Amino acid sequence: MAEVLVYVDHVDGAVRKPTLELLTLARRIGEPVAVALGNGAADTAATLAEHGAVKVLTHEASEYADYLVVPKVDALQAAVEAVSPAAVLVPSSAEGKEVAARLALRIGSGIITDAVDLEAGDQGPVATQSVFAASFTTKTRVAKGTPVITVKPNSAAVEAAPAAGAVEALSVSFSAQATGTKVTGRTPRESTGRPELTEAAIVVSGGRGVNGAENFAIIEALADSLGAAVGASRAAVDAGWYPHTNQVGQTGKAVSPQLYIANGISGAIQHRAGMQTSKTIVAVNKDAEAPIFDLVDYGVVGDLFDVVPQLTEEVKTRKG
Amino acid sequence: MSLRIVVTVKYVPDATGDRHFADDLTVDRDDVDGLLSELDEYAVEQALQISENSDDDVEITVLTVGPEDAKDALRKALSMGADKAIHVEDDDLHGTDAIGTSLVLAKAIEKAGYDLVISGMASTDGTMGVVPALLAERLGVPQVTLLSEVSVEDGTVKGRRDGDSASEQLEASLPAVVSVTDQSGEARYPSFKGIMAAKKKPVESWDLSDLELEAEEVGLEGAWTSVDAAAQRPARTAGTIVKDEGEGGKQLAEFLAGQKFI
Repeated sequence: MAEVLVYVDHVDGAVRKPTLELLTLARRIGEPVAVALGNGAADTAATLAEHGAVKVLTHEASEYADYLVVPKVDALQAAVEAVSPAAVLVPSSAEGKEVAARLALRIGSGIITDAVDLEAGDQGPVATQSVFAASFTTKTRVAKGTPVITVKPNSAAVEAAPAAGAVEALSVSFSAQATGTKVTGRTPRESTGRPELTEAAIVVSGGRGVNGAENFAIIEALADSLGAAVGASRAAVDAGWYPHTNQVGQTGKAVSPQLYIANGISGAIQHRAGMQTSKTIVAVNKDAEAPIFDLVDYGVVGDLFDVVPQLTEEVKTRKG
Repeated sequence: MSLRIVVTVKYVPDATGDRHFADDLTVDRDDVDGLLSELDEYAVEQALQISENSDDDVEITVLTVGPEDAKDALRKALSMGADKAIHVEDDDLHGTDAIGTSLVLAKAIEKAGYDLVISGMASTDGTMGVVPALLAERLGVPQVTLLSEVSVEDGTVKGRRDGDSASEQLEASLPAVVSVTDQSGEARYPSFKGIMAAKKKPVESWDLSDLELEAEEVGLEGAWTSVDAAAQRPARTAGTIVKDEGEGGKQLAEFLAGQKFI
């Protein structure tokens, strides 16, 4: 059976969920071979094996942390040369897309980004994409070379499928470009204890109607009652009420959770571009004419300052 | 010292219009108005700020690849303050994918001459966000991408990249490719004077032969990816909408419980 390379997104050996989703999708088109790079790479093996990796190629070097993107491209290229895979799958993070693009160009292959589903086809893997603010769904395949495909978080349910996960050291020689962009400083983002926005099963967002940074506590309280991530519309971010890293929309993050709760968000096209593929959409807004209500499975026309705290209390009561 | 900045911009269908696909599964540009991709305005703005903060002689060239109408995007950038423009236009470019676009842009950037390339973080139509990285790969220069802050001094570009798990300070020697996010600083509006001045600024037109490219290397035929099907998503079935009369939160909780979210 053909091997499929899966690029592992991990933090010091802790594998992030989108990678486990990729392993599930990879099994539809071949045997997953994982590539884990940098500090803690070997520590990922057990988790990856549990989710279907027949092999885990690892390489630790300080270059991965000290320089931007290119060392990872060099390593993936080495892995492609070592394995001759049927496809290369990479999580659709900002960095993942850059790594994938440069790799594709180097190995003379087409690239597909932001796939939301993947299946085997007669002429290679077929990716489903959601485009134009999710108003269209396309089926795309790579017509030249080894398909390089980045996949959005929440595109597949994680399934356990124990495999050998044999760890092998990957041999990498860095290119002249590898040290071109130095990382001279790094400030880790302070953890809020909430799930990562793009990976969360439930996202609770606030917009212009929240009307002030201090009022985001109401949104956060609802999110915490549901174990959800907190999102914000561009209007709320531009007003300085919530950090840009939490922005959902065209120029922020695209999310595709099981449940999206929009509070005080009118639903401009730019926001819809970032959340329209959510499975279930709920909105609370004072304005009955707000376009967000065209998208919802359930909407409440009302003041979020009344509705949201009541909902939070009710969730807490029901959850005991 | 002088600094040559090339800003790559894209002419995109207006996102508030009814965007759809043509019969050949490329983006239909006829039925929707186009405009300068909003995210590229931030790239133009940063080029202007680098110029304003520099003691060197800075020349800003805006570059686009696209059909006749794409000149509108160049005019907008010129009216913001860019010095000159290059329009790569050729019928054979129809249907070019991201890899092909990066080829055309790289050839044009090399022909124009550059010390720094600045792009927006992504186009607002394709939203792939890969072209800046592809340009760096093709040009063989450092990529300093997704910056929310950027500065250039003594042949070095520095910037801040806000990632999911950390905020990173980056540094590279020129020449380099930079991309900026919508957090880099609000783009200025063209002044009346700027709009009038833009009419007199030079716009060069290049075709594939000017770039020593063959038709097969670009366009739908030269694309390394193939869109096999595009379907409009069915409209969502109308949801339940209730008016809050004191029990709105509880009603919503009841719905969420019914859907097993609670």
